[in-house]
Amino acid sequence: MALLTMREALNAALKEEMTRDPNVFILGEEVGAYQGAYKVTQGLLAQFGEWRVRDTPIAEEAIAGVAVGAAFIGLRPIAEMMTFNFSLLALDMIVNHAAKYRYMSGGQIRCPMVMRGPSGAATQVAAQHSQGFESWYAHIPGLVVVMPSTPKDAKGLLKSAIRDDNPVIFMENEILYNLKGEVPEEEFHIPLGLGDIKREGKDITIVAWSRSVITSLAAAKTLAEQGVEAEVVDPRTLRPLDEDIIFDSVRKTGRCVVVEEGWRYAGFGGEIADRVQRECFDSLDAPVIRVTAADVPMPYAKILEKAYLPQPERVVEAAHQVLYR
Amino acid sequence: MDRNQAMALYRQMLLIRRFEERCAQLYVEGKIGGFLHLYIGQEAVGVGAISQMRPDDYLIAYYRDHGYALARGADPRLLLAELCGKSTGISRGKGGSMHFYDVPAGNFGGDGIVGGHLPLAAGMGYGIRLRGTDQVCLCFFGDGAVNEGAFHEALNVSALWDLPVVYIIENNRYGMGTSIDRASSVKDLYTRASAYGVPRRDVNGMDILAVRSALGEAIERARKEKRPTLIEAETYRYRGHSMSDPGKYRTKEEVESMMKSDPILLFGRRLMEQERFTQADLDAIDKDVMAQMEDAVTFTEQSPDPTPESLYEDVYVRSPYIHLKTAEKDPAWRAAIREDRVPTQLPPWKPVTPASPGPAPAAQPAEAAASAGKVK
Repeated sequence: MALLTMREALNAALKEEMTRDPNVFILGEEVGAYQGAYKVTQGLLAQFGEWRVRDTPIAEEAIAGVAVGAAFIGLRPIAEMMTFNFSLLALDMIVNHAAKYRYMSGGQIRCPMVMRGPSGAATQVAAQHSQGFESWYAHIPGLVVVMPSTPKDAKGLLKSAIRDDNPVIFMENEILYNLKGEVPEEEFHIPLGLGDIKREGKDITIVAWSRSVITSLAAAKTLAEQGVEAEVVDPRTLRPLDEDIIFDSVRKTGRCVVVEEGWRYAGFGGEIADRVQRECFDSLDAPVIRVTAADVPMPYAKILEKAYLPQPERVVEAAHQVLYR
Repeated sequence: MDRNQAMALYRQMLLIRRFEERCAQLYVEGKIGGFLHLYIGQEAVGVGAISQMRPDDYLIAYYRDHGYALARGADPRLLLAELCGKSTGISRGKGGSMHFYDVPAGNFGGDGIVGGHLPLAAGMGYGIRLRGTDQVCLCFFGDGAVNEGAFHEALNVSALWDLPVVYIIENNRYGMGTSIDRASSVKDLYTRASAYGVPRRDVNGMDILAVRSALGEAIERARKEKRPTLIEAETYRYRGHSMSDPGKYRTKEEVESMMKSDPILLFGRRLMEQERFTQADLDAIDKDVMAQMEDAVTFTEQSPDPTPESLYEDVYVRSPYIHLKTAEKDPAWRAAIREDRVPTQLPPWKPVTPASPGPAPAAQPAEAAASAGKVK
């Protein structure tokens, strides 16, 4: 095991997969000479050259579209979005093209690409630069949506995402780039669609992904001090969803809280709550409670930003609610 | 151009014309649904351009896409079956009129979003450069697409990175019902290439030989110099934007005057003037094309509807990187776990009445060709 940051783990996955397969290339804003806006692509240009590490103009539709077109003829592009906030300018390329050509062509076309970059809230960058869009992408049939929460998961899942023949939306998190964790030194990958128990517990199930896992683990620590053992379940992939790992946990605990950084309204947590109430109805001792971002655009002021985001205290509060404490 | 090649081009244009006329009938009969955008009047652009492609080149086009598939050699039986939503359709009944794909022929087909496929064409060009082959990509779109942001982003990166893509504007003068005058600040659309330092050319899109000449030059530039070109082919669609459009935004006189320079009529007349073809030759081609269309109709009528299970097929590619237990619980993934299906294979069409082989005597008035240009 090596102790790596999320950033280093992602960089290692990119390097290994680009070395392994000459069809893999990366393109995006500042990925080359600048070494990546968040330094995830550091060192790649020197190693692989400009045709495989392509600096692009600020033109998200072209970045995503070039990736889709190249994928159609057998390459394995990785389109970096400087942040997923800007991916809205590329949404047509993903939703109407990457996700649909296979179906519309009756299975003739495949689109083995990855669109990756940081998503979710950053720090004091206000409404246009601090938002989570996983619910939007998870809504689209034809896509795979991945949101890792640890360096090990990030590396193992990115390697699978690059090798997979389907379009994968790989959402990282700016706040987590410096998070350190153990990463196996030997070759490994983590299957897409496989969840993970981040903390075992018998009293309550907390489902969370990406940065919300960190929030939930902090809440679980507080709950443990209060005598409540929370199980933190991280699906890691939102589409396809490993529902079994969630159901098994809820059947054991009988109580479920879903934590997400996205908005409550039509958010992905609603999908999980729906499946849990349908499949685990007889096991539930309380309604499923969701902890989400406030249903407003992200504010700038630090104090408002904190109020907007799910905090460990709010997760603890929700746990108390489902425990009727 | 030798005689056989000339005949093949004439036949392809006529096949497209007859195919589209038959589609219009089937649409009225309720056998074809959804949107149906006919290519009638624009045949010389697709046929002329595609005739300059190599078998390993790529093409990607917009939703008025029947002509490209036919010109690239797709079987009209599979195309008509697609239009009628049959399981034997080229896209297995999942795409319809706007989504004819024929990947073995390098045809990435029919995009339904105006301008949406232009960045994809740049991506195919990028892939070609990365692999280091001398293939090229042709990208067809209408005059409406030049006002989309995607057009500008695609042209910029194509010039910036030297991508072997030929962008072809099929200027039929109307983006749905809005004329160019009301949509573009610049009337000569090809001049927009100047903004990106892209070589440009405008060409009479009703003249197949002019189209061939322009494309020959552009494809050569892409293949040898790895540079993109923007071509504006000035053409005209005789029918409305789609079947639901009565075309009230233009006059009968305008349509009739454009039909005088019908691409099939012009080419047929030229073939006869050069005394290589007789009226009988052209009639024989038409007869053969009509027979091929009737055969396609029969094939379609006898084709089965898609099975209910096929609803979930073709969403995902089978993958060893997906957790199997999760995949098995999701209908679309479950379908992907099964083997890829083999596309429908059909024997090629055998002409019923081959045209006469040698140089022919003096030309006759081009009545057959004239009737080919008529809108029924």
